[in-house]
Parts: sequence; structure tokens; C-alpha cells
Amino acid sequence: MTMPLLIDVALSLLRARGRQTLVAATGVTFSVTMFIALLSFMSGLNQMLDGLVLYRTPHVRLYNELKPASRQPIDRYTRHRRQHNFIRSIKPRRELPRIRNSAAVMAAIRRDPRVRGVAPKVQTQVFYNVGTLTLNGTISGIEVEQEAALFAFADYVVAGHYQGLRTVPNSIVLGKGAADLMLVGVGDVVQLTTSRGEQVQLKVVGLFQSGLLDIDKVQSYTSLATAQKLLGESNTYVTDLQVKLHDLAQAPAVAREYRRLYEVQALDIQTANAEFETGTFIRTLISYAVGITLLTVAGFGIYNILNMMIYEKMDTIAILKAVGFSGRDVRRVFLLVAAAIGVFGGVVGLLCGLSLSAVIGQLPFEATSLPAVHTYPIDYNPAFYLIGGVFSLATSLLAGYFPARKASRIDPVIIIRGK
Amino acid sequence: MSTPILEARNITKYFADPVRVQVLRDISFGLGRGEFASIVGKSGCGKSTLLYILSTMDTDYEGTLLLDGAVMGGKTEAELARVRNEQIGFVFQFHYLLNEFSVLRNVMLPGQKLGRLSPQELEHRAYEKLRLLGIADEARKMPYQLSGGQKQRVAIARALINDPLIIMGDEPTGNLDKKNSGVVFDIFQELAQAHQQALLIVTHDPAFAAKTHRIIEMEDGRIMREASRPNS
Ligand SMILES: Nc1ncnc2c1ncn2[C@@H]1O[C@H](COP(=O)(O)OP(=O)(O)OP(=O)(O)O)[C@@H](O)[C@H]1O
Ligand SMILES: [Mg+2]
Repeated sequence: MTMPLLIDVALSLLRARGRQTLVAATGVTFSVTMFIALLSFMSGLNQMLDGLVLYRTPHVRLYNELKPASRQPIDRYTRHRRQHNFIRSIKPRRELPRIRNSAAVMAAIRRDPRVRGVAPKVQTQVFYNVGTLTLNGTISGIEVEQEAALFAFADYVVAGHYQGLRTVPNSIVLGKGAADLMLVGVGDVVQLTTSRGEQVQLKVVGLFQSGLLDIDKVQSYTSLATAQKLLGESNTYVTDLQVKLHDLAQAPAVAREYRRLYEVQALDIQTANAEFETGTFIRTLISYAVGITLLTVAGFGIYNILNMMIYEKMDTIAILKAVGFSGRDVRRVFLLVAAAIGVFGGVVGLLCGLSLSAVIGQLPFEATSLPAVHTYPIDYNPAFYLIGGVFSLATSLLAGYFPARKASRIDPVIIIRGK
Repeated sequence: MSTPILEARNITKYFADPVRVQVLRDISFGLGRGEFASIVGKSGCGKSTLLYILSTMDTDYEGTLLLDGAVMGGKTEAELARVRNEQIGFVFQFHYLLNEFSVLRNVMLPGQKLGRLSPQELEHRAYEKLRLLGIADEARKMPYQLSGGQKQRVAIARALINDPLIIMGDEPTGNLDKKNSGVVFDIFQELAQAHQQALLIVTHDPAFAAKTHRIIEMEDGRIMREASRPNS
């Protein structure tokens, strides 16, 4: 076993060139630090943004769109009659979009073991009346408890309390933007015109802020029963069923199944947020690209120091070979030198990366759309540390490989003759 | 003389750069156990070139080289390294010590590479060799803290650490004064006689050569003359 001896020789070479070694190691340290900090931060950000969508978006949304029946009565009549009908401008029947037999569907979905929860919703258009002015608005009737449990509804109610929707009859949680336009606050009464033309007065029990101004200007919430009343519908009337699953990845399959089973439209979160996934992917890609670029630059640093070392230590290499070290031994010595720089720089870099991300994680970060977040989000994912460590070692070995090979091929005779 | 430790058969060497020139022509000779031979000849006649071939460092030659009965041609680089480590001690004109290691570690290095002895045994042995060369007191120093003559003796101690079959030297006393040169000669003599090791030493010093058992005289890449002194 010559390995301990080779390590010994490698370390003594390192010691002899202490300062340059340190510089090369610092390069690795720097790049690993940045790699870790960047990825932790980016991933934290991604998770936060994902969370933003994932919290508030149902994994599968069931709804019905008003469409003309795909089989018109005339089709039934002319079937088997060797003739064709051409009907243009078919209009759907005038009725409100609804999920038929919603109570039974909901009960069935709830029994599905893949489902974490399901929340019904009634969506309708309204007008907010401000004096003689009317503003466009959307009102969602929700089952308060379910909505809070599944979609963190409470996080977005910035004034008042969402429970008011349950306890106060004819109440509303008004979008912050809309409230500002109407100059109302919690406790005030607002007047709405429903799509049927009726005027209704609702008491404001809370203000809702999603952070997206366009939404906050139009969106309001009320209880399911109030919404049904606004529309003059019975208490079985539901426009949306919002399903949350245990496993997000199953959403497309579940959506497909429900579409067939319940004859409704079913939209899974992946389809609904396709461009969102792309954004996450690109952010991650950029972080990795920057990190790996940094490591590559550090690799050149190691390459340099090793080349220099080999030029300076020609004599040493020649003696080692003359006294019985093989080319392989010499190559190993220099690979060990490279690995030592990589490991040392890498380990310090991982620690610095951890501290730097911890520091970033302490910086204040306030965003209206993220009421629960006060500092920059950091993802302390062990995988980043593993990747950073492996990559720094791999880059070092790669950077050391060519100089080490060169060293192993040095002909001692040429060096000794050259004296 | 039993089977020779070292045997060269028709060793021929060309250098191709800048023009193809023949530097060694048909060199054949053998060296037995306990034999102390010197190689002499004009500058540029090919002494060093021959020694590099015989020490297995240079493999680009024609002819056959046998060490302890084994043919060296066709061995891999790693196998040759092993042979150098185990069977050959080489002393250069310039001391060639590793400046990163202490004197003691320099001497121990080939032994560590061989890995046959424990570190304690090896250290003990290294001290023995240093004592033999009269520089045991310098063991803990770094090479750059020694005089030229002391360094050369360290290099010799290093060549002896694995008790090689043959010790080769390319003007090992070239940088030493008369007194130190005499000391080195005595050590070589002792090695040949007491330890039955073979010695092949290139020298420019006629007095040194005259005292060896056998003088191999080279000229223009050829062995011109061999003179043996009757063993006294
Ligand atoms: N790499 C080389 N390329 C071409 N020719 C070389 C090379 N090395 C040595 N020579 C030539 O080979 C011949 C023998 O050189 P060598 O070093 O063996 O001589 P030497 O007998 O050791 O001389 P000295 O006593 O001066 O050390 C010389 O003529 C030299 O010019
Ligand atoms: Mg020479």
C-alpha cells in the first residue's frame, strides 16, 4: 500500500506552494459558496412562488361550461336516414352553468382515497354600486371552513376576520382594491347589483388581498348560501368543485377520470399553470448554469496551480521516478494535490454557502402578495450541498487530470541530463 | 564469478534529434556480485547515456539488458519502476534531494515506496545508513541546510536504503573535494566487500578509477578497453 506515502508526498508539495494553493482553494470556496447560496435562494423563491399558486389553486377544478349540446335533436331524427343536416349558429340553452347533482358528486369525491379535501364554490358576476357608479365585480360563494383549510384563505384576509362570513348573515369579504375604490372598511355596508338585476346590501366583515391588484379590484367572497341567494338558486347550486389531492402529481390522471365519471369539465393544476412550471424550470436552470460556470472557472485555477507546480517540481518528479515511483504513482500524487484543493476549498465553500444563505434568510423581504413571508425565503436542501460537494471534487479532479498526466509522462532522463 | 548481477548485450543507442547519431555501439559487459567497476572516458563519449539505460530509466535502446538474470526489455513502466526501487541505487552528480522533506525522510523515501519495513524499522535503518556515511547528526535537517558534500552523502544513503543489488553513480564524487571523495570511495569499497553489492561508477577522477576493481574505458560510444585489477 503506497497510498499513505503518496498522500504524504502530495501534502508536502502543497505545503511547499502554500500560498498559491490557498488561492486556488479560495477559488473553489468562492464558487461553491455562490453555488449554494444561489441555489438555496432561487429554490426558496421558487418554492414560495409555487406555494403561492399551490396553496390557492385547486389541484383539480370541476366546472361546467355552457356549450350547445353536441347532439342536436335533429341528429337523432335523421340518424340511419342517409342524409345530412347543416345547422349553423346553434346557441346553448339559457341557463346558469352548474354542476349537476353536486351533493352526490361531492360525497363521491370525498370518499376517493387520493383526495385530501373538496370545497364547493359558487361564482357569479355582480356590480358594486358606488353612488351612481357601478363597478364590475366577481363574487365567490365559499364554504368558509373548507376554503380556509384547503386554500389558506385566512392568510389573505388582511382586515376583519374571515369567520365573519359564517357568523354574520349577508356578509362579504371585499377585495382590498374594490374597498379602496368604494371608500368602505370593515363594518360598513356595500350595495351590489346581482346578475338578475336585484339590489342587495351586504355587510363588510373583512378585506381580502391577494397581492394582484387586478384581482383585488374585482374579487370578493361571501358564504355559499348568500351567493346562492344572490342568484335565486337552491342550496344545491354549485358552479365549481375544488379538489385538493394528497399527491399533486396525480392531478392530470384524476382530472381525466372525473371528467369521464361525472361528465364535467375538469382542469388539473399542471395544465392550468403550464407557464408557471416553465418559469420555475428556467430559474433553476439559470442557477445551475451560473453555479457550474463558477466551478469551471475555479477548475481553471486548479489547473493553473497544478501546471505551475509541475514545472517547478520537475526535479522532484524526476527523483521520484528514479527511486522507483511509477508514472501512475506520480499521476496519483498530483491528482491527490488537486483533490485536496477541491475537498478543502469545497468543504469551506459549503460552510460559507450555508452561512451566506443563513444571512440572506435574515434579510427583510415584504411583499403584499405574500402576507406570511417577512424574510427572503431560503431552501436548505441537502441535495444542493451534495451536488456542490460532488461537483467541486469532480471539477478539481478533472482540472488536475491533464497536469497529472503530463507529470506522469515526464522523462526523468531528460530532467537529470538537463542539470 | 557466478551469474552476473547486471549484463549488457549489444546495447546500441541512437539519438534522432537533430540528426540521427549513434551514441552507443554494441556495448556488452557483465558485472558480478561484489564487483566495483568504474567507467571512464572523454566527455560526450556516452557514459551517462549508458548508465541511464542500465538503470532502466531510458528504455529507448537496442540490445538486451539483464538484471539479476531477468530481461528488462518488454517490462512495463511500472515494473521497471519497481526494479529501480528494489534492485538499483542511483547516485547522481548533483545530489537531487527532495527539498520538501527532511534528510531522514529523503533517505527513507525509497524504503517507504518499497513498503517492506515498518516505519520504525525503516527509520532505524535510515539512521544506520546515515551513520555509515557519517552524517547521522544532520538527519533532522532540511536538505538546503547542508553543504554540498553532505547532500551528496545523503543521496548515497538514500541509494542504499533498500540494499540494492547494484549501485550506479554518475560522477557521484564530481562535486566533492579530495577528502570527501576518499570517504565516499571507502564506503563504496566497503559495500562491495562486506555486502557483496555491485557498483558501477562513472568518474572523471583517474585516482578514484585506479582504486576500483575494474576500469571500463569508453570512447565514442564503444568500450575500448577493460582493465581488471587483481583483487587484493
Ligand atoms: N537528448 C539528446 N539528443 C541528442 N544528442 C544527445 C542527447 N543527449 C546526449 N546527446 C549526445 O550523446 C552523446 C553522449 O552524451 P553523454 O551525456 O552520454 O556523454 P558523457 O559521456 O556522459 O559526457 P560527460 O562526461 O560530459 O558527462 C553526446 O555527444 C551528446 O551530445
Ligand atoms: Mg555524463
